[in-house]
Formats: sequence, C-alpha cells, structure tokens
Amino acid sequence: MKENIAAPKRRSLGAWALIAAPYLWLLILFLVPFLIVFKISLSQVAIAIPPYIPAFDLAEGWQAFRDNLSELSFENYIWLTEDDLYWKSYLSSVTIAGISTLLTLLIGYPIAYGMARSPRSIRPTLLMLVILPFWTSFLIRVYAWIGILKNEGLLNQLLLALGIISEPMVILNTNIAVYIGIVYSYLPFLVLPLYASLERLDGSLLEAAEDLGCPPWKAFWKITLPLSLPGMIAGCFLVFIPAVGEFVIPDLLGGSDTLMIGKTLWVEFFSNRDWPVSSAVAVILLMILVIPIVLFQNQQQKMSERDG
Amino acid sequence: MAKKSIGPVRREFKPWESPDHEPFIEFRNVTKKFGEFVAVDNLSLKIYEREFFALLGGSGCGKTTLMRMLAGFETPTSGQIFLDGQDLAGIPPFRRPSNMMFQSYALFPHMSVEKNIAFGLKQDKLPASEIVARVAEMLRLTKLEQFGKRKPHQLSGGQRQRVALARSLAKRPKVLLLDEPLGALDRKLREETQFELMNLQEELEVTFLIVTHDQEEAMTVADRIAVMDKGTLVQVATPAEIYETPNSRFVADFIGDVNMIEAKVAEKSGMGTRLVSVADGFVIESEQETDAGVGDSVWYAIRPEKVRIVQGRGQDGVPNQINGLVWDIAYLGDVSIIHSKVGENDDDIIRATFANVSRMVEKPIMWEDEVVMSFDRDAGVILTG
Repeated sequence: MKENIAAPKRRSLGAWALIAAPYLWLLILFLVPFLIVFKISLSQVAIAIPPYIPAFDLAEGWQAFRDNLSELSFENYIWLTEDDLYWKSYLSSVTIAGISTLLTLLIGYPIAYGMARSPRSIRPTLLMLVILPFWTSFLIRVYAWIGILKNEGLLNQLLLALGIISEPMVILNTNIAVYIGIVYSYLPFLVLPLYASLERLDGSLLEAAEDLGCPPWKAFWKITLPLSLPGMIAGCFLVFIPAVGEFVIPDLLGGSDTLMIGKTLWVEFFSNRDWPVSSAVAVILLMILVIPIVLFQNQQQKMSERDG
Repeated sequence: MAKKSIGPVRREFKPWESPDHEPFIEFRNVTKKFGEFVAVDNLSLKIYEREFFALLGGSGCGKTTLMRMLAGFETPTSGQIFLDGQDLAGIPPFRRPSNMMFQSYALFPHMSVEKNIAFGLKQDKLPASEIVARVAEMLRLTKLEQFGKRKPHQLSGGQRQRVALARSLAKRPKVLLLDEPLGALDRKLREETQFELMNLQEELEVTFLIVTHDQEEAMTVADRIAVMDKGTLVQVATPAEIYETPNSRFVADFIGDVNMIEAKVAEKSGMGTRLVSVADGFVIESEQETDAGVGDSVWYAIRPEKVRIVQGRGQDGVPNQINGLVWDIAYLGDVSIIHSKVGENDDDIIRATFANVSRMVEKPIMWEDEVVMSFDRDAGVILTG
C-alpha cells in the first residue's frame, strides 16, 4: 500500500502507449459500436437498405448535427414502454437468468467444494474436466441437448427403460429445457471462480473453528461460506449477465412461449427488419445489465483491496 | 561437598518431583504413524497442572503431531491420552477442553477482532452480557482495547498474534496449546511477548503447552522442556538442567553452543574421572562419575562460557588447561566468541566466550595470539550416548 511513496516519474511514451492500449480497444470495439447502435435507435424505420432513415448525417457537418439534436426523437424508446411485449421480455429474461443462476450455484457449489477438497494431485485433472466442454462449439453442445431432451430422446428413453415414468415427459421447448441449457452452458463460469476462492481457504481456519467448539457442519456456515462469498458473487455475475441476453439457448431449447429479450431482439431485427426498435431494445438491455456489472466491479475492487 | 543447585530458579514450582502429584495431561505409550513414517514413537509423558511445558525439537521430530493429537486433529495409531483424568479417545476437537493458538494465527478474516474473540464463547451459548464482558477482559489482558472493531488485515503482526492469543484464552481452556506462537514476530517483539506469555500464564493459572523449535524461547518461558528427536523424548527437564546437564550429545548440541571433545577414560575414582583428549592429548579432570570403563571412548561437552581464556602459554600436561592459538574471533557486542586451534587439524577448535566487560582494552586478544584456556572440574559433562 505504500509503494506510492516513490515520487511519480514522468511517464515515457511507451508507458503511455501501454496504458492507452486497453482504452483504445474499448473505444474502438465497445464505445464506437455502442454509439452507432444508439444512433440507429434514434432513427426511423424505412423500407430501404439499410432499413432506416438516419436521425442525422454526420457528413453534413457540425451545424446539421446541432440542428438535429434539437429535434431528436425518442419515439422508439417510448414505443418500448407502450407495447408490453418488451417489458415482459425483459422481466422474463431477468427471471429466467436469475433462476438459472441460482440453480447453477446450487449445482456448482458442491462441485467447486469437492474439487477444492480433493487430493492436490487430482485437482488439475478435475479442473481440466470442467474446462473440457469449451473445446466443442457452444452451438453444437446446445444442439446436443435437443437429442437428449426431446420426447423420444435419450433422457426419456432411459427413464422409460428404468420404469420411472410410463410415458415420455415433455421437456424440450419448455422453460425447463432453457434452465437446463443455461445451467449446463454456464456452469464452468461459476465453478472456476468459486473453486479459486475455496482452494485459497486456509484449512487451519476450519481447525480453529472446530477447536473453539464449533462442529464441522456449523463451521461450514460460519467460515467456509462467508469466505467463499467473493467467488460466489463473481461466479453468479458471470452466469447472470450473459444469461439475461442469451439467444441461442431459448431459441433452440425453449418453446414458443419462452419469452427472452435476446429472442425478441432477434425477431425485431431479422423478421421485422426494424433496426431502430431493436437497437433501442439493445440499449435498454445494456442499461439493465450495467447495474449488476457495476456491482460486480465494486465487489472485485473490495476484494483486491482486502487481499492487498 | 555441599549440594549445589543447577542454574537460577524462576519459581518454586516442581510438581513433577513429588510422586503423589497426579499428572494433568498424560500421554501413555502414544504412537502415531503416517503411512510408513513414524511421527511419534511409543511416547509417554506427564504434564502437571499450571505447568508451562515446552516441546522442543527440529522440524519433523513429532512435536507438532503430539500437540495436534492432544487437540484432537490427529488420532493416535496406538496409546492413550488423558486430560484431567479423562481419556480423550473418540472425543472430537470441538468437545475438548483445550484451545489452541495456531502458528498461522488462523484468525477469521471476515470477522472483527471482537467477533474473533467471541467466536468460541458463542459456541458455548453463553449469555450475551457475559460474552461482552469476557471479550472486554481478553482485550484488556492483551492490550488490544482500541482494536476491537478492526478486521485482522488492519492489524500488525504483533497485534494479530495477541488476537490469536486472546481468542484461544477466551474460553478459559484447561490447557492452552501454543503452536510456534511467536515464529512470525521479529526478535525484539518475540522477547517481549515471551515475558507477556509467562505473566499471562501465571495470572490465569492455565496449563500451557508450547511447541517450538527455538531453544531460547523454550528456555525463557517453560518450567520444563521436553527435547524431542525422531518421535521420541530425548530429555525432559527444567531449562537449567537441560542446558547444564544434557543427557546426550544430541541435547548438548541442540541446546546452545557447546565444545564436544572426544576423549578416552584414563582413570576412575570416587572423586571423579580423568579423561584424555583423543585428538590432542590434553587432560580433563571431572568430578562426574561415569558408567564407561577405563579406556572407553566418551564425549566431554563444555559450554564456551565455562572456558576461561587468557593470553599467554601454560605448562603442558596440567589438567583442565589447554594451550591454543587464536584462529577466529566473533565479536557479538556483549561477548566475543574466540575460536582457538588446539591441535594439528583445522577442526581441533575450542570455543571460549570472552565477556566484553570493559569498553577499552589495552591489549586485546588478537588473531594468532597464543592463549591458555582453563575450566573447573564441574564445568562440563561426560556423555556416553
């Protein structure tokens, strides 16, 4: 914490370039595209290529930009509040993502805990197994679930053969299939940070708790769980944030009544060819996600302060 | 001859000398194996109530394993452990009336100092008012009053050490186990803390069992020390007895600095033993009697501070007097340790401590000076093992 006692030296050009690189990256690949999307969201739909009338043309210069600024129309955003499809999609997305995150946590915690408690020699292998699915395309893995979950799929055949059910369960094209898909796809993102924080946990803390009269099961609640909270929070955000905007999983595994904002956006963009409205949907989605992202950043910073 | 006593006595407390005293902690033929490795080998030991007892040894000697068996973190492969008359077999750590202060302190990082100290008390379901009172008392005892609300990472190493101590004492355990408690502190702080530990132990009248590899620490704090090697007890005695009358070469070598002289028994009588150095032929007379027979090889162990050293040259063949040539001088401030060559070989060295009682010396001992070293008949011990 005391390194900053050293007098700050004048940074060389190279150092500035190094610092500028990530910002430049963000500028070009995040901020500029976002501004383009934002600009489209302010325009009006038209039958043209591209299918909208620009709100203003940058080529016309500064004066035109200022003229247009005064008559900017947020009608696409107003439209989003008028049609209940959109807020229902947002709400449903957040709900599905939230439930999926919770399920992922319930499944991922024991996995991470088991890995962290396993003999040191087999830990790299277990870690490998968690990462292994990434070696296959995400799309193909989600497709594979269709084969498992459909009425005459592997799961139903197995359960029928075992006599647990008498007729096939309908899982595919329901929200349950979406939950399964999200939990399966995002499990590694939760297990990895959680494993990292559980593995760092000093075993002598649990011994100390036990020594002070705390039975092991209680020590888990008092010591292990609170100390793995940073890993848990990081993992949950890593699942929740992409799950909210998820498109592939609800499209492939969900049913026609599965409402998720990613799907709504896709329909708006490709089927209705309404770029301005779909851009507005995307901007609002980002706004919704900025809140958990900021929380996540905050959390990360607190953690690094404590460790430092 | 009047019976002399060995070394200074800290307090008149010697329950181990009276046979009718019941031990408070007893290890009875305890063995612990990890696979093929025998960590503790058929060890028996009695520790008395209110004793400050130290387990001393190098790494891997089994001292920590012994303590962890008492705390319940390891189960003996065979043998029994008793605490206050109760056989501890099958009792899990969270039901044992002992508390441990961990080497790493093991403070709960997500809890404040107060919560750390209160943790054990809450497990006992004590009333809230009593917990508050007890925490305040522990904070006062360990001089941590201003730090109660802080988290462990906001404390210095010495403060953390005191929190760990306060936490382990808060439940008023029958025995406090200290696993290398001062290892992470710097020297000055360590010495201060050693005295604090001793005062605390006398104030609370709790039995303390400390595990350490630091012989100075063990000698400072403990009433008795058990020197361990390869899972067995080599010697169990008071610090002064361990230092002045080690029972083996291992103990003499492990505790403090020592000159180990290989010698042959030349003559035995009721008045003592006469030895002749194997390497250089000088004569040693000791008032100690030995089991070794005439002609047997033994070791004569003498501490450097028991050797007087003056410049000059003495007559050859005088018992307990050796001529030498100064080979090396280590100036430590309070004393200088003078290494003198007493034979042909480079490793025939006798070390003598020279107390620097004056700041200015007219003719200091220099390298290559001729010196005479001498010592008393009771200065060293004859060791056979």
